[in-house]
Amino acid sequence: MNRRNFLKGATTLSVSASLLPLTQLLPRAAQAATDETAVVVFGGTINSLDIHRSGTNRASYQVAINCYDRLVSFGTKKMPDGSLSYDFNNVQPEMAESWEISENGTVMTFVIREGATFWNGKPVTAQDVKWSLDRAVSLGGFPTVQMRAGRLESPDQFKALDDRTFQITLPFPSKLALPDLATPIPIIINSEVAKANASPDDPWATEYLHRNPAGSGAFKVSRWNAGEQLVYERNDDWACGPQPGYQRVILREVPAQSTRRALIERGSVTASQNIPNKDAKELAEKDGVKVITTPIENCIYSLCTNLDFEPFKDKRVRQAIAWSIPYESIFEQAAYGQGMPMWGGSNEVTSIAWPQKSPYEENLEKARALLAQTDYKDGFEVPLSFNLSVADWAEPTALLIQQGLAKIGVTATIEKIPGANWRTIALVEKKLPLHLENFGGWLNTPDYYFFWAYIKGNLFNSYNYDDPEMTGLIEKTLDMEVTDPAYAPSVTRMIELAFEDIPRIPLWQPTLNVAFKEDVDGYEYWFHRQLDIRPLKPA
Amino acid sequence: MSLGVKSRRVLNRLLQAVPTIFGILVVCFLLTRALPGDPAAYFAGDMADEASIEQVRENLGLNQSMPMQFVGYVSDLAQGDLGVAISTGQTVTQELAKRLPASLELTLAALLLSLVIAIPLGVLAATRPNTWVDHLCRFLVTAGVSLPTFFTGLALLYVFYYLLGWAPPPIGRLDMMFLPPETVTGFYTIDSLIAGDWALFKASLAQMALPVITLALFTLAPIARMTRAAMLQTLASDYVRTARAAGLSGRRVLVTYAFRNALLPVVTTLGMVFSFVLGANVLVEKVFAWPGIGSFAVEALVVSDYAAVQGFVLSMALLFVSLNLLIDLAYTLIDPRVSEEE
Repeated sequence: MNRRNFLKGATTLSVSASLLPLTQLLPRAAQAATDETAVVVFGGTINSLDIHRSGTNRASYQVAINCYDRLVSFGTKKMPDGSLSYDFNNVQPEMAESWEISENGTVMTFVIREGATFWNGKPVTAQDVKWSLDRAVSLGGFPTVQMRAGRLESPDQFKALDDRTFQITLPFPSKLALPDLATPIPIIINSEVAKANASPDDPWATEYLHRNPAGSGAFKVSRWNAGEQLVYERNDDWACGPQPGYQRVILREVPAQSTRRALIERGSVTASQNIPNKDAKELAEKDGVKVITTPIENCIYSLCTNLDFEPFKDKRVRQAIAWSIPYESIFEQAAYGQGMPMWGGSNEVTSIAWPQKSPYEENLEKARALLAQTDYKDGFEVPLSFNLSVADWAEPTALLIQQGLAKIGVTATIEKIPGANWRTIALVEKKLPLHLENFGGWLNTPDYYFFWAYIKGNLFNSYNYDDPEMTGLIEKTLDMEVTDPAYAPSVTRMIELAFEDIPRIPLWQPTLNVAFKEDVDGYEYWFHRQLDIRPLKPA
Repeated sequence: MSLGVKSRRVLNRLLQAVPTIFGILVVCFLLTRALPGDPAAYFAGDMADEASIEQVRENLGLNQSMPMQFVGYVSDLAQGDLGVAISTGQTVTQELAKRLPASLELTLAALLLSLVIAIPLGVLAATRPNTWVDHLCRFLVTAGVSLPTFFTGLALLYVFYYLLGWAPPPIGRLDMMFLPPETVTGFYTIDSLIAGDWALFKASLAQMALPVITLALFTLAPIARMTRAAMLQTLASDYVRTARAAGLSGRRVLVTYAFRNALLPVVTTLGMVFSFVLGANVLVEKVFAWPGIGSFAVEALVVSDYAAVQGFVLSMALLFVSLNLLIDLAYTLIDPRVSEEE
């Protein structure tokens, strides 16, 4: 019996765990091929089981997704290539079985699902929802910022009317409020368990929930060896969706990409999360492995020109840069052809789809002509920076851009910035003259992207762009319903301005690539880019 | 008498280590703070704004002045509290307790393996210069030194796991099917034997095989070289000539007179090799997904996780102080002259 068949044959938990020998996770002799255990490898590390804790990293969000429920979730849509994706425009019930929004759009009333219980058997009540949302807006850090995006800022906004009725009051109507409740942040925590483990110093039980999730979700964490693995165990009483296809999912941390690739290629593991484009392209041609590649919504890999840097104050210099980039070869060599080209669009903005192609393409004559009109016709020197933790695409991109700039007389010196310093230097201090940036917005509307990227002072406006018309348009559209007649013209104008002023030069829309063993079905792309293991099932 | 002298010397050495360790604490504290980058901004997360970064800074205690931070750190340390490694979400003590044995198990097994091969090889090469044994020794030494560990690791992985399928999947200390044994020493091989679980022992040994061979190839080189050189030297010395002239058996000359004297530089080299193998571990740990101390320290350093870096440096300092002490004690066992110096 080789290892591969062994894994396949390893059935479990029809026998309860307590019957197994202490040191074995799975009964070794079990042969019936019911395929109930999945092994997923990834390169990051889980550093907390509590998404609200400060310092919780991105990879740990998947625990919030798989182990907790939110009031609402998103539906599923089919992508052009037949793969599945969440559907931003289709909000579906999760813990709330129904909801009503008042006539003026400011009061949302949710009815909690009947019969839903936490893992310990306690029914889920509106009080639990209130405690959990209070926690998300009170703890500070990322959860609070994300909640604010949905205009959810203060515990006063949340009310438990009775055990099964929960009400949110908004200061003003906003189209982002409901979808924001479907992000990984507003999870519903068993407040009884949490309060029992809170202390005066730690009223929100961050120490306890850090290690011990207390939810109602489809999976429980049966084991967490920090730095090694996390083992999910299915919650057979899950009330908020169809039963997941796997009884148990083992999540292993494997730092070396080449090792992860060997593991999936050999069939030792069920899935490899977030693989680089190069591997996605090569693995797709192998037997026994299937790669699912989805463009990441509302995300663009871009080259940003900082308006604090003297030459870039002149719009024509920025445009000249945009005309000098060898987009095609970057897409081939840095993205391995995976993703959506974001250059060579029409001169007029005819749709409000975002991201969309910019009108720029590689045209050195135009670039030189534009530069010749400015004070910088003899060229200038500029450091071109990128974040080392995304070097897999940023390094080749930077080298190609450097070559392109050299052709119009601009000398770029490449600066590699360690991941830990990136945020401070690039996003907080905003002092990099020319840099590569990869912002993507969770909430999939153009105004939300523009809010983060084109308002002065906001985090992903790392290039100090400041335009009163743009700011006005963004503020106007941010809460507006997309069906509002004023919405489309405003967004069109925003996109026109973004392309005309071009502080952020779009290169391409990246993809999220996940590799699976051939016999795994049900994978669905999510904006949070983590693996939702709930819909996965062995074929 | 000699016991009294010896234990006094040990005590003396330990006392001497105190200022060293304190110095390391200070330097390490200052160096981590001198690193560019702002841990508060990093740990505040993706969308954090000014206020939330400030809040994280406060939580981390980074809003205090440096001397205050140091006093806080030392007083926590005095109570055995090394702080929390934010990058992994665990206390530094927990991380060290779990990861140090993982790294040591790998390192010690590799050293043991390389000793078993390198010392006989070095001795044989010295006694039979310019024969095939000597050439083999030279080849292994050159290969061991010139092949970087991550390359050897990947190459072994490719052949023995990917192509041949002999080795288990390289996903850490144990295969997916197993749970770790109850912790006694933290070494899975030893703990599984204590628990009397043979299957588990075999499984952990199987996971160790490739990383241990990788590291052993690397450590074999200096040890074999040093053994060969030291043996050549002692074999050419006067006392060996005298011993031979006195008609002692070849075996006795080789083992008792030549080899015992050649051991001193070998033990010194061993100490050095041990220290740089713990460093070289990082790459092997990455390739084989080994949850060891090296990868932990590198990750912590990359994200300016102060508590974790400090905890790592401190534990390494303590480890090396005791290692040096052990080596000095080993000297006195090998060479009686060393203990009589005072």
